[in-house]
Amino acid sequence: MRGKRDRITLDHGGGGRASRELIRSYFLPRFANPFLEKMDDSAVVDIPSGRLAMTTDCYVVDPIFFPGGDIGMLAVNGTVNDLSVQGAQPLFLSAAFILEEGFELADLERILVSMARASEEANVSIIAGDTKVVPKGKGDKIYINTTGVGLVQDGLDISGSNAKVLDKVILSGPIGDHGIAVLSQREGLAFDTDLRSDCAPLNHMVEEILAVTREIHAMRDPTRGGVAASLNEIAGQSKVGIVLMEGAIRVKDEVKSACEILGLDPLYVANEGKLIVFVPPEHASHVLTAVRQNHHGGDAQIIGEVVADHPGRVVMRTTVGGTRIVDMPLGEQLPRIC
Amino acid sequence: MDRVPRTIPPMEYVDQYRDPGRIQHLVAHIRKISRKPVKLMEVCGTHTVTIFRNGIRDLLPDHVSLISGPGCPVCVTPIDGVDRAIVLSQEKGVIIATFGDMLRVPGSETSLLEQRAEGADVRIVYSAYDALLMAQRDMSRHVVFLGVGFEATAPTIAAVIQRAREAQIDNFTVLSMHKVLPPALKALVHTPELEINGFICPGHVSTIIGTDAYVPIVRDFGVPCVVAGFEPLDVLQAIGLLVRQIERGEASVQIQYRRVVSPDGNPKARALMEDVFEPCDSIWRGLGLLPASGLKLTPDYGRFDAERRFDITPVDGREPSGCICGDILRGLKRPPDCTLFRTACTPESPVGACMVSSEGACAAYYKYST
Repeated sequence: MRGKRDRITLDHGGGGRASRELIRSYFLPRFANPFLEKMDDSAVVDIPSGRLAMTTDCYVVDPIFFPGGDIGMLAVNGTVNDLSVQGAQPLFLSAAFILEEGFELADLERILVSMARASEEANVSIIAGDTKVVPKGKGDKIYINTTGVGLVQDGLDISGSNAKVLDKVILSGPIGDHGIAVLSQREGLAFDTDLRSDCAPLNHMVEEILAVTREIHAMRDPTRGGVAASLNEIAGQSKVGIVLMEGAIRVKDEVKSACEILGLDPLYVANEGKLIVFVPPEHASHVLTAVRQNHHGGDAQIIGEVVADHPGRVVMRTTVGGTRIVDMPLGEQLPRIC
Repeated sequence: MDRVPRTIPPMEYVDQYRDPGRIQHLVAHIRKISRKPVKLMEVCGTHTVTIFRNGIRDLLPDHVSLISGPGCPVCVTPIDGVDRAIVLSQEKGVIIATFGDMLRVPGSETSLLEQRAEGADVRIVYSAYDALLMAQRDMSRHVVFLGVGFEATAPTIAAVIQRAREAQIDNFTVLSMHKVLPPALKALVHTPELEINGFICPGHVSTIIGTDAYVPIVRDFGVPCVVAGFEPLDVLQAIGLLVRQIERGEASVQIQYRRVVSPDGNPKARALMEDVFEPCDSIWRGLGLLPASGLKLTPDYGRFDAERRFDITPVDGREPSGCICGDILRGLKRPPDCTLFRTACTPESPVGACMVSSEGACAAYYKYST
């Protein structure tokens, strides 16, 4: 039997001694940095002059631990990646937690350790935070919000609305690992697989790309909605057509098989450590080499190109020689019946 | 028991049926032998998806056209069936366990997805067995599994119902909306305005029922039938076999999907199905009431029959006006012929069932067709 001390109680969110104790013994040691340790109401930092990018995201993944990662790792990498794909160098993050009464402190610790490790790999500091506790049943174990700020280098114009006709589309590796790894752990769907989430920070890869050329038109990390959603967004924003070659899109056998069985299309399955880059054709091969040299991009490929035809639409040449539309996904992909 | 461990099989077996070289070879062969204009119907929704996902229509000569038939179980479930499920979802203590496709299907007024947002406990499962485990885990709730599907699905559900009886589980029932395919094929060939020159018959249903059901179609109507698998090469091979029969003026039942289907089908699975279910008259969206085309639980298994355990007063289900799902399921019209298609009826807010299911003809047209 576990005692009361091993779990989050409403006291931990009360703003009194228990809250302070939780922060001192759990949060501060993991996220150690002088800004946080001051425990002031705001962190005050000096930044180099230039353009700031800012992004925020909430993480509610279920299950909170999955092969290859957990909600904490996701909360750091997801926000780091949203900054990175804008060409911003991530500087600082904030992290806010909504904890459900009864949540195990051992699990919280595991998540915090993982966040600390992820921020170390991405080379960002978590300099502000907040914790609230909600009564049992009013939340689901743990929700995390992270906000990030990053510095955008001069001379960059990277935007979803900036893809140009003839651009090559580079994808940094096989798709669907994260979505299938998470799905494999869900109640009612559980299946055995060695597959692990691809959850990873992309900021170093982006730096390496920008060292090759600053002429990058658009970048995205295809998370929820998968590669299909990201490409449709860019096609729509940039008012261009995109043609994909099905044969160039890598999908691991485990993901392929799981998708066959579950009736899902890997193009719509979530990733957490993949990068899509739109680059003018003259720079494509150098950028591809740079991506492949990063250890998160070894299997990168040119998967397609931007065309003037069918603006707003993504079309795929299938391996068997046909053509089909790759449409914007709806909401959740619903598993098919037979 | 929290989870059902499933091992994912390797893919090599499938890749050879997607080989671009072989496919091009087959396409060239079809183009060479095909002279007459033909209309072929793929009966099964999974075939429809294979055809669209791979862009197979692009590969065929213009005079070979493919039309989608009534082989998507969600699409042919009448609105009344959805309404019944929704009524059940309002019962106190009831958990509705269902395959995902059923969630968005619009009933007369609402859908299960909308009811879930309103507080109904509706959960997606991948097998009826998972629903049974759910019932065993929480005896204070009653789990109703929505039985939707053809002969390929029904035996697995029959097995779970048998298991529930052995284990004396009292908080698990099935709302059986199962259907059997042969009466629908018969109805199709009887439709006077329908001109079908060949059927691409469903592989998995045939795995269970064998090929006997296709014999009268071939014999009495002279329409060739080829049982096909679900990979692009399978479908193209079936098209090739049908075109060859038509060009030669022949009509016979052929099995392209030999690696899985035998002429006798699977007697064991049929016995299982016959133990738990008995035929009943059933309404098909688009085809209407077809005698002995549905499956209900036999009296022996009455306590696992949601219809008997609950007093379900169905709403007066009416098909939405303007929707031509019915004509589409009979192959009389194509989705773009519908005035609602891509305007009032989209996958986000479907009007008819053919737009909801991932295997529905309208959804496939919407999603993949250029």
